[in-house]
Amino acid sequence: MTIDHTVQVRINGEHRRVNEGISIAELVSELGFDPVRVAVERNLEVVPRSTLRDVAVEDGDELEIVRFVGGG
Amino acid sequence: MNVENPVKADRWSVAGRSFTSRLIVGTGKYKSLEENAAAVEASGAEIVTVAVRRVNVSNPNEPMLTDFIDPKKITYLPNTAGCFTADDAIRTLRLAREAGGWNLVKLEVLGEAKTLYPDMRETLRATEVLVKEGFEPMVYCVDDPIAAKQLEEAGAVAIMPLGAPIGSGLGIQNRVTIRLIVEGAGVPVLVDAGVGTASDAAQAMELGCDGVLMNTAIAEAKDPVMMARAMKAAVEAGRLAYLSGRMQKRRYADPSSPLAGLI
Repeated sequence: MTIDHTVQVRINGEHRRVNEGISIAELVSELGFDPVRVAVERNLEVVPRSTLRDVAVEDGDELEIVRFVGGG
Repeated sequence: MNVENPVKADRWSVAGRSFTSRLIVGTGKYKSLEENAAAVEASGAEIVTVAVRRVNVSNPNEPMLTDFIDPKKITYLPNTAGCFTADDAIRTLRLAREAGGWNLVKLEVLGEAKTLYPDMRETLRATEVLVKEGFEPMVYCVDDPIAAKQLEEAGAVAIMPLGAPIGSGLGIQNRVTIRLIVEGAGVPVLVDAGVGTASDAAQAMELGCDGVLMNTAIAEAKDPVMMARAMKAAVEAGRLAYLSGRMQKRRYADPSSPLAGLI
């Protein structure tokens, strides 16, 4: 946490600073994705879609945001 | 069975879900999502496999597979392609379940990049964990009747032996073991991987398999949409041939025209 009220997280392997207290749903939307069409893992635990609005991002969080793509 | 349309009346089911089409197609390797969607349509498939991958954070506007193939009309079967350990596969499927909201998944745990042969020790371990967590895994495996039995005992809802290595197009290499798996299984058996052309798919069905899963054979054909139609026809033809009970083989000729009345 810093004076500018941001926290450092890693999203899909990349470091980013995001606003302190932001929920995962807000973060996903801010990145330009529809929270209904992705799945999110936080520190190796799946975050149920129903709680994405309630879970606040914390300093040091490792987030994975995934979707379905073509595959065999 | 309905004589007018025997294929339509002949449904199969996996984990309580019933389907008409016995062809499952992958959605990888297509030139475009449009071509992919057209091939799925032509194949008549009701299930498609999909992969779970990171979103591209730097480009949120990339087209989505779900915009082209509607998951409300076609059952998405999330896979674990690219996973080389049970833990990676389990992690991937937990995310897939959250993304899709269903438990029916395709498990594959690969042993090495060169052959993409399954690692059966890890596959079996992953199957056990997934079943405990409420998943219904359809499991990619070696064409080994004992491994197939072990997977079924562990709770696999379908057994999916390879016909040949993934993406090889070599066709079914060991018809004897595929048939042994079919005879021993109490759950659906689908040949997954190795199909190269229509006759390979027909052969899988003639061996009594419940279905066939393929990706590259369609996606890498010069005309994928036409090949998708060919595969649909081949799976139906093979299934009908299996159900009809083929003639016995003989070592010598047996004339088809009557011998009586010869001039």
